Amino acid sequence: MRISVQAQDFEITDEINMLKGTRTDLGAIATFTGLVRDIHGENKISKMTLEHFPAMAVKELTKIGAQAKKRWPLEGLTIIHRYGELYPGDQIVLVITTSHHREAAFEAAQFIMDWLKTDAPFWKKEETENGTQWVAAKSDDDRKKDRWK
Amino acid sequence: MKIFYFALIREHIGTSSETIDLPAGIDTVEALLTNLESKGYKYKAAFAQRDLIRVAVNNEYVGRDHKISAGDEIAIFPPMTGG
Repeated sequence: MRISVQAQDFEITDEINMLKGTRTDLGAIATFTGLVRDIHGENKISKMTLEHFPAMAVKELTKIGAQAKKRWPLEGLTIIHRYGELYPGDQIVLVITTSHHREAAFEAAQFIMDWLKTDAPFWKKEETENGTQWVAAKSDDDRKKDRWK
Repeated sequence: MKIFYFALIREHIGTSSETIDLPAGIDTVEALLTNLESKGYKYKAAFAQRDLIRVAVNNEYVGRDHKISAGDEIAIFPPMTGG
């Protein structure tokens, strides 16, 4: 399991290749990439700052990854989450799951994202034409997480 | 006791961390939040959505009835919005 919390960008192809290597037994690789959008409701976003809690960020992502590995037969798993100043179009988060079959890869990636949303200590602040504000958590995110219980 | 604040809560309180002497009789997370809230308008504003606040003690998420002691490191933050 590769977990990274970093300021710098990531290269999806490199990350996939790292998991795949020379293996020929993998039937499925699922990837999810979260990006900074340039619009939130009515507001045009010019910049996003991601604050995080270093002492817990890697630890919580590792816990979520371990849960996913317990539930699905994953062969490999990578979670990368960025922090710092990001701009529309920038990559924020990457989840890659590999497995022999697609169901496990798809479902585990979705599970990880749903849990990450409510349990990984990151906070987004958006800069818009109408000022700067912290993004409010969505109650919807709790429901999405709860469907895995 | 060291307390860390994050995001909107950090901005309201005006500092990312502070060291306090744990007042006598304050032995749970809930009691600590109430005690901090009484420290003034900055804390009151920071804890406006108190039900939603998450707390970690020594880097583990805990509930409001979690017992705390003077040597603990407390982190107080709003709901997460990463991903």
